[in-house]
Amino acid sequence: MVKVKINDIEVDADPKDNCILAARKAGVEIPHYCWHECLSVVASCRMCLVEVGETKPDGTVAMGPKLVPGCQTPIKEGTVIRTDSSKVKTSQQMTLELLLLNHPLDCSICDQAGECYLQDYTYKYGKAQSRLDEPKLHREDKYHIGEQIALFTDRCVMCTRCVRFTREVSGTAELQVVARGSHEEIDVFPDTPCNNKLAGNVVDLCPVGALCSKDFLYKKRVWWLKHAQSVCTGCSTGCSIHVDQNENKVYRLRPRENPQAQGHFMCDEGRFGFKYIHDDRRLKYPRLKTATGHASSAADSTPAGDLSFADPWPTILGEARKRIQTAIQNDPSGFVAVLSPFMSVEEAYLLASFIKGIDPRTKLTLGPVPVVGSDDLYPKGPKGEPPLPSKVKFTIRAEKCPNRLGVEAVLRHFERSVIHAESLGKSSASAWYVVGGYSTGWVNEKLDQAVGTPSLLIVQDIFPSPLSERADMVLAAGSFAEREGTYVNHAGLAQAAHASIRPPEEARADGRILMELAGRPGLFNAMALRKEIASTIPELSAICVGDLGDHGVRLAKNANQPLAAKS
Amino acid sequence: MSQSEFKPVLLGRIDRPDSQSLASYRADGGYEALAKALKMANTEVIDVVKNSGLRGRGGAGFPTGLKWTFLPKDVNGPIYLCINGDESEPGTFNNRVLIEEDPHQVLEGIVISSFATRATTAYFYLRYEYGRCYRTLKKAIDEMYANNLLGKNILGSGYDLDIYLHRGACAYICGEETGLIESLEGKRAWPRIKPPFPAIEGAFRRPTVVNNVETMACIPHILKHGPEWFQSMGVPKDPNNPRDAGSYGPKLYCISGHVNKPGLVELPMGITARDLIDNHAGGVWKGRKAKAVIPGGLSMGFMTNAELDTPLDFNGPGRVGCLGLGTAAVVVIDDQTSMVDVLYNACRFFAHESCGQCTPCREGTAWSTKILERIRDGRGKLSDIDLLLEISSSIGTIPGTTICGLADGAAWPIKTAINKFRGEFEEYIKSGRRSESPVLAGAH
Repeated sequence: MVKVKINDIEVDADPKDNCILAARKAGVEIPHYCWHECLSVVASCRMCLVEVGETKPDGTVAMGPKLVPGCQTPIKEGTVIRTDSSKVKTSQQMTLELLLLNHPLDCSICDQAGECYLQDYTYKYGKAQSRLDEPKLHREDKYHIGEQIALFTDRCVMCTRCVRFTREVSGTAELQVVARGSHEEIDVFPDTPCNNKLAGNVVDLCPVGALCSKDFLYKKRVWWLKHAQSVCTGCSTGCSIHVDQNENKVYRLRPRENPQAQGHFMCDEGRFGFKYIHDDRRLKYPRLKTATGHASSAADSTPAGDLSFADPWPTILGEARKRIQTAIQNDPSGFVAVLSPFMSVEEAYLLASFIKGIDPRTKLTLGPVPVVGSDDLYPKGPKGEPPLPSKVKFTIRAEKCPNRLGVEAVLRHFERSVIHAESLGKSSASAWYVVGGYSTGWVNEKLDQAVGTPSLLIVQDIFPSPLSERADMVLAAGSFAEREGTYVNHAGLAQAAHASIRPPEEARADGRILMELAGRPGLFNAMALRKEIASTIPELSAICVGDLGDHGVRLAKNANQPLAAKS
Repeated sequence: MSQSEFKPVLLGRIDRPDSQSLASYRADGGYEALAKALKMANTEVIDVVKNSGLRGRGGAGFPTGLKWTFLPKDVNGPIYLCINGDESEPGTFNNRVLIEEDPHQVLEGIVISSFATRATTAYFYLRYEYGRCYRTLKKAIDEMYANNLLGKNILGSGYDLDIYLHRGACAYICGEETGLIESLEGKRAWPRIKPPFPAIEGAFRRPTVVNNVETMACIPHILKHGPEWFQSMGVPKDPNNPRDAGSYGPKLYCISGHVNKPGLVELPMGITARDLIDNHAGGVWKGRKAKAVIPGGLSMGFMTNAELDTPLDFNGPGRVGCLGLGTAAVVVIDDQTSMVDVLYNACRFFAHESCGQCTPCREGTAWSTKILERIRDGRGKLSDIDLLLEISSSIGTIPGTTICGLADGAAWPIKTAINKFRGEFEEYIKSGRRSESPVLAGAH
């Protein structure tokens, strides 16, 4: 640690920090466009110019004669940084005036408005009027630049973050700078659009409204969006994300910086893969097979206003509890519960402890773990080859579920081993409680046959499936955006996800269903449950803090627990 | 050595028949300096060059020998020497004449310099537009390989060197030291941020020295005649200024513009601009007077007629508000020419050539061009003059707002033109007249 002074505020900073990071520690913002923690330093936007000096042994301060870029300038013991001198302020004003020279000032129709660094910095450091008297330079917008991204060329400040991202992080190098001087533009080679699996990140990286997500384009003004901290459930990487919603509709997912999980970015599969939560085919009402044997009395097609289904949950859950207990009493070892790797640790714990609490001879199993291809490593080499293990900056994992490790930890505690439901063989049990929650069709042939047509089948899921079609009871559950809980990623990092929206119509978040089913008093409270789980399951003792914070908590690695080895 | 007894050194052979051939160069004592250098230790060669006081001829005037000593002492792996032949400063053509007429003089300098710097590969970065230079150099390099002057074990000394001739990427910025390196690596010629300096991490991330063609041409002569001979020419150090490194040796002055006899002359450093124009370029054409003179390429700014007695050495132009000696390309502008037109042309060039990396230069050069365009169109405002000055004083490495010196070069013509000819600009704007004179193209 070295002592650094920023505008007379003294802070301890890491000698590896640049001026921007050191100033951040002192609570001083040094405005910047081109610099980004994850990308190489180019020092070209010249927004972060500051005055830097050093403290001489006799205590006097010798300031350098020139302005220097804060992003490129290292610090050492006694470095003095000034961001409030008239020299710095004049330079900031001039740089902003120059950046806005050819900018169309179309904030009123720009998606970035509200989270735009041109707006913010101009407000804080710029001046109100431009002295440009001549017509602005106009360059054509490029809607073709990528399947998911559009370039509004005029709004670009040429920070080249996007170009460096495709070269340094995705390794696909589609984006480049063409032409020279003020005619410069970001572009792609003809017929080589920026369609890599990480392309959506350039939209987040773009500090202005130049690169926009086509998916989000003109959908919502950003100041209406409410943000919830969550975890992407697309794969076992478990990227930290923000879920941005308004009026119960999710508009976009954004990566949330987490050095413990994935870093700064997320993949497009996860970013745009949330659409299923608003799918019309979602299960919206609980269903109970009628006495006539005809399924779906409380069918999804039933209008919400139908009085006979106005409040079916207490009835259905009471009935479910009764039937589960009866089934277990009749044939305890013939009762199988299937836990999904899409469940949170809390939900898995609630179900497992409920079932095992009735009779320990019941069987808890793990549902199908979706695996697609192999892990996708970035940055890619020139021929698309994966990088060396030491150079990996981002991984899209083949295991397409968020919480296999967390659910397995619960299963190991209650069942002493992890049994895969698919391995049970044809019609192996008389009663089944099956939890889904997958984003895609998940009931494979093996599982379908293993379940067969038992005397009791209860399905808790978000989409209709072959199992829900023949189930005695269907409990319409919640998607990841609707539930709260803990997910354990591939590396044993337990992260908290928060609910951002309500489930559709009469569907309920899984936690709430299970609390009531288990007959536990009170509301579902993830924090309280985490403490209970930590004291019950040693493997998960690390989550005893309750609040897992922004970055999550790493589970202790223990030789007896095959957590890391199995990932 | 006085001016009258000076005999051309660098241009000494250009009138010989077949001056480009190896045989002719050898007949005039060519490659003797190389043979001599190869018998010395490489540090001794550096010392000779250092003692001669040779300063880089590319524009910045950095002492060549000192630059070579910046290379790390213990290097594992190759060191590279890059020859900057991307001559694109408006008004400059000395490299072209040196290469086209006496390529072996330059190449001998390159081999000696490579030996001194322990470089095993030299990259000759040649301006793309110089087709004849390319062909001449290619032929000369082939001759050298055939005669054991390049390749393995040069002249039996055990020293190996390869020269790669690389044609440039047609942009002014490719002549900037690190822009050149980027371009050589096959990238956009965007100047690099420093540190690391090229001597530590240059071409292909290896220690690299970048030298100008004219600097290279001086090297064989220094080796042959010694540092004292070199210091007998030019302007000695200013004893009152400990930072002055002196301006020694012969210099090629390119004279163009409104003179009767434009061309290239070789003289000891320190001739005044007036002497140069009147006695070596046949005076200003059509009996007119010089209104403004560019001392060393467009980016150095303008001198007025009253400042023409300034000596053209490394310090002279700076004393009258110009950026420096630059490439010593003197461009004369007669008294019938509007400075508004001249400045517009200058700004247009720099706006066209700005690489676009740093915001101040990218936008500032284009903006000043737009303002001058409007002034020439009769729609100028008096406030434009101060705006131009403000733009020019806020771009460049001197205030610290850009990575490379292109912006300084773009700012200086504006600053000097307005500070020295402000009355003319004010009068032009007030008259509301529109300029009809054609706009000349820049370097490209």
